[in-house]
Amino acid sequence: MCVTCGCGDATGQATTIDGRAMAGHHHHHHPETPGDTRLIRLEQDLLGKNNTLAAANRRLFRDRETFVVNLVSSPGSGKTSLLVRTAEDLKARFPVAVIEGDQQTSLDAQRLRDAGVPAVQINTGRVCHLDAHMIGHAVEDLDFSSRGVLFIENVGNLVCPAEFDLGEDHKVVVMSVTEGEDKPLKYPHMFAAADLMLLNKIDLLPHVSFDVERCTESARRANPDIDVIELSATTGAGLPRWYDWIARGVGRVTAASDQEDSVLHADG
Amino acid sequence: MHEMSLTRSMVGIIEGQAATHGFQRVSRVRLEIGELSCVDPEALTFCFDAATRDTVAEGATLAILTVPGQAWCRDCDMAVPIGQRGEPCPRCGDYRLQIRAGDEIRIKDLEVD
Repeated sequence: MCVTCGCGDATGQATTIDGRAMAGHHHHHHPETPGDTRLIRLEQDLLGKNNTLAAANRRLFRDRETFVVNLVSSPGSGKTSLLVRTAEDLKARFPVAVIEGDQQTSLDAQRLRDAGVPAVQINTGRVCHLDAHMIGHAVEDLDFSSRGVLFIENVGNLVCPAEFDLGEDHKVVVMSVTEGEDKPLKYPHMFAAADLMLLNKIDLLPHVSFDVERCTESARRANPDIDVIELSATTGAGLPRWYDWIARGVGRVTAASDQEDSVLHADG
Repeated sequence: MHEMSLTRSMVGIIEGQAATHGFQRVSRVRLEIGELSCVDPEALTFCFDAATRDTVAEGATLAILTVPGQAWCRDCDMAVPIGQRGEPCPRCGDYRLQIRAGDEIRIKDLEVD
């Protein structure tokens, strides 16, 4: 087991990328030297290692001029169907690539590849979230073009992925009208960590008792600045607003890069 | 159960310190966990015992210090205490709060010999 990030786990929980074991770290054993009881002050963030790796991912994504969205939700929100439709609809506008995270199976990545979208599958084994280290390895195996969008579909879980920065530009939380409208208050960390909530399956609203306004209000209690887009991956309602949100993100990333280039050229 | 990942990361930090400072055994690890963080102290303690086995921290006491939650209320224009995310300002009842403290997940110090 790798103690810093959990990779190369000897207990059979190994994370795999497209079915192959992820590269592990080397473990050293150090000679013991005797000493007196003393206090070592650390004040060190337990997520420090992940945050360092996330910062490295973010630099890579900036270099590759790629807008990165980390999609999070509970299982069954329709995240994968929304992602497949989004990728199919957007791939003519700009490059789209996907990193799929699931505990097991490569069904989701295959679904995207079948739709003509470059995709890589991370299987986390028993781990309940993606971390920055897994993403760093997954992008080595992913052929993604610059000036586009990279979606990371996190493991279906509204708790753990909230804590782990992957180097994304935004976390986007997907929720569907078949879930309870109080969910943002039950899982406030995730809604606080996200910049946008997609309220999916609105085509089912006539058949379920779901109060959209109450749900939006719950989300804003957890995060006063969260944006909300109502949509249906089945009927296509609301998708243009979601696509515009993505296109604006891609535009920001490429504009920032162009500006940097012109500064470099001006400096000579 | 991201507490297991956090505990492994903790053991990684401790082993790094053992290499730097050359200690043989950790007798106490003190953590600071914010009350607004997404970490369950009980789960963390449970994972700690499993993750520290066969390491310098095996058998160490895990002491968890709780850091109270604090947010900035835009309406009151001041810092206010809050116990949970999604709670309103205790003064004016508004929900537009920015978390200022209480989401820490930190190793404070190690007692070693």
